[in-house]
Amino acid sequence: MTTPTWKNPVVNWIDYRLPIFTFTHHSLVDYPTPRNLNYWWNFGSLAGILLVIMIASGLFLAMNYQPNTDLAFASVERIMRDVNFGWLLRYIHANGASFFFIVVYVHIFRGLYFGSYKAPREILWILGVFILLAMMGTAFLGYVLPWGQLSFWAAKVITNLFTVIPFVGEPIVQWLWGGFSVDNPTLNRFFALHFLMPFVIIGLVFLHLWALHQHKSGNPLGVDIKGPQDTIPFHPYYTAKDMFGLGVLLTLYMFFVFFYPNFFGEPLNYVQANPSSTPASIVPEWYFLPFFAILRSIPDKLGGIIAFGGAFVVLLIMPWLDRSKVRSATFRPIYKYVFWLLVIDMFLLGWVGGQKPEGWPLLLGQIGTAYYFIHFLLLIPWISRKETPLPVPESIASAVLPESGTATQGASQ
Amino acid sequence: MSDTAATVENSGGHGSHDSHDGETRRDFLLISTVAVGAVGAGLAAWPFVDSMNPSLDVLALKSIEVDISPIEEGQAITVFWRGNPVFIRNRSKKEIDAARAEKMSDLKDPEKDEDRVQKPNWLVMVGNCTHLGCIPLGQRTGEPKGNFNGWFCPCHGSHYDTSGRIRLGPAPSNLVVPPYTFASDTTIVIG
Ligand code: HEM
Ligand code: FES
Repeated sequence: MTTPTWKNPVVNWIDYRLPIFTFTHHSLVDYPTPRNLNYWWNFGSLAGILLVIMIASGLFLAMNYQPNTDLAFASVERIMRDVNFGWLLRYIHANGASFFFIVVYVHIFRGLYFGSYKAPREILWILGVFILLAMMGTAFLGYVLPWGQLSFWAAKVITNLFTVIPFVGEPIVQWLWGGFSVDNPTLNRFFALHFLMPFVIIGLVFLHLWALHQHKSGNPLGVDIKGPQDTIPFHPYYTAKDMFGLGVLLTLYMFFVFFYPNFFGEPLNYVQANPSSTPASIVPEWYFLPFFAILRSIPDKLGGIIAFGGAFVVLLIMPWLDRSKVRSATFRPIYKYVFWLLVIDMFLLGWVGGQKPEGWPLLLGQIGTAYYFIHFLLLIPWISRKETPLPVPESIASAVLPESGTATQGASQ
Repeated sequence: MSDTAATVENSGGHGSHDSHDGETRRDFLLISTVAVGAVGAGLAAWPFVDSMNPSLDVLALKSIEVDISPIEEGQAITVFWRGNPVFIRNRSKKEIDAARAEKMSDLKDPEKDEDRVQKPNWLVMVGNCTHLGCIPLGQRTGEPKGNFNGWFCPCHGSHYDTSGRIRLGPAPSNLVVPPYTFASDTTIVIG
């Protein structure tokens, strides 16, 4: 971790005044990274790259988009038909949102499996949940912009959630709408906020990375870095690994952009918003479905919203729900399996969220919701007390390097 | 704590005050400065916050006039007022009787039918489901009217009766009756 000396005199001159090159070198080149990271550790950098892709594609869309209820739908159609490569920009942006959520959900479940939220990374984890919330807000605002039927009715139903607040609920929604219903002022401000939010996310990501670099990355074994033999420099090892992961991601992502660009979308959103006709079924984008199922499984307006908010609160307090000293589920014989129940539960809730809330899907949704909260509030604290963890390795190096290797490695450092 | 205060006092030379006095005065200055600053910041933020409230041009679309003469008994129309659908229904005798026969104790949001209308046959209400704002079905012939022969919201299954009162489902309250007046026997002014 010595300060590099720069050969180029201009670089040296700048770096002496603003150590931006040294900073980058420390955080992207010789940044000491656990030597045993697996592919689940790719998803953070992938999320970062997707954020950049979203901002870039969004900026160019914004140059042709009209945030006005009379023009918005037509302007998106114009982007699709007349603007050079407009279709590509839009499909990159719309599918990018889906891939952004896929990547971030994997990233979060990685954290849940390997105990990434445990001390000293609690704030890092909480910032991550904030990023998820900010992304959801951004995606919701963005979905309103094309001003299709689902754009309009999603906006109306979601903003109406605020009416449960006693007394001030009504003034608050009117303040959000800038009128007495979702209308032109609403679309206009949603565009402004949709443009702003990604930059708020950048701010949160910056704090997230700051916290990360304070205590460095965790790793699949969940043991702390004890010395230089446990780490390798970020470059070229993890830059290469991250680039490989990026190649895989972009291949998948572009497969959808070019061959199934409307796979994640709803045909109904290609019908212009009509405030006098509610569509037969209003389904949100897939990434909201599990939480939407939780919202709807409680047959009471206020109760549903409390459960919805609670679903995020339990994530936020995860570092204090799980009392186990062992981070990685690899060494936790019970949690290791219970983790997968949550994964199954999320898929179940996701499926239920896309069904009509009646009959047995409603019942399944209620069971899924009950399990979700039981998992976090009862099972996790209980298991973390009762479970006897397997022996945890001494150090990263001793676990992943062959015997002789450890010795030489240790001696040479 | 008192040690520090004593030191401050000795060096400051306010010999006649007791040690806590100096602290209190500074605390007061600090707290009042912060308080005035916070109030100032709050006041400065208000114009920004208020700019998001409905603007004068939006508020100017205050009322609309509707000719109700073409609506036959048993028919209904939907008009738009301030961006929201308003249901105007010319109720049949049967519907009125059904609405008035209900026991208050059977209602989720008890309200007499008499208090929801100005003329018994004319029911005027905002067509936003009080759950999450979908437009309930039942205005057009052939649409489902729910278990109480009034309106049915397809979004999460709320049933309203012939007075627009919530009877079943997640909606917490009755369909809202907007302010309106009869300008003549055949015209109403909403808003
Ligand atoms: C966190 C990053 C972002 C997310 C998750 C996101 C999400 C979305 C979504 C889901 C849509 C609707 C897609 C559709 O069906 O058409 C959308 C539309 C849009 N977004 Fe974004 N967005 C992000 C960043 C941005 C940025 C930074 C800008 C501007 C600089 C932007 C500008 C637009 C515009 C103009 C539209 C309307 C055109 C369209 O619908 O394709 N977005 N966004
Ligand atoms: S909006 Fe009507 S039942 Fe939910």
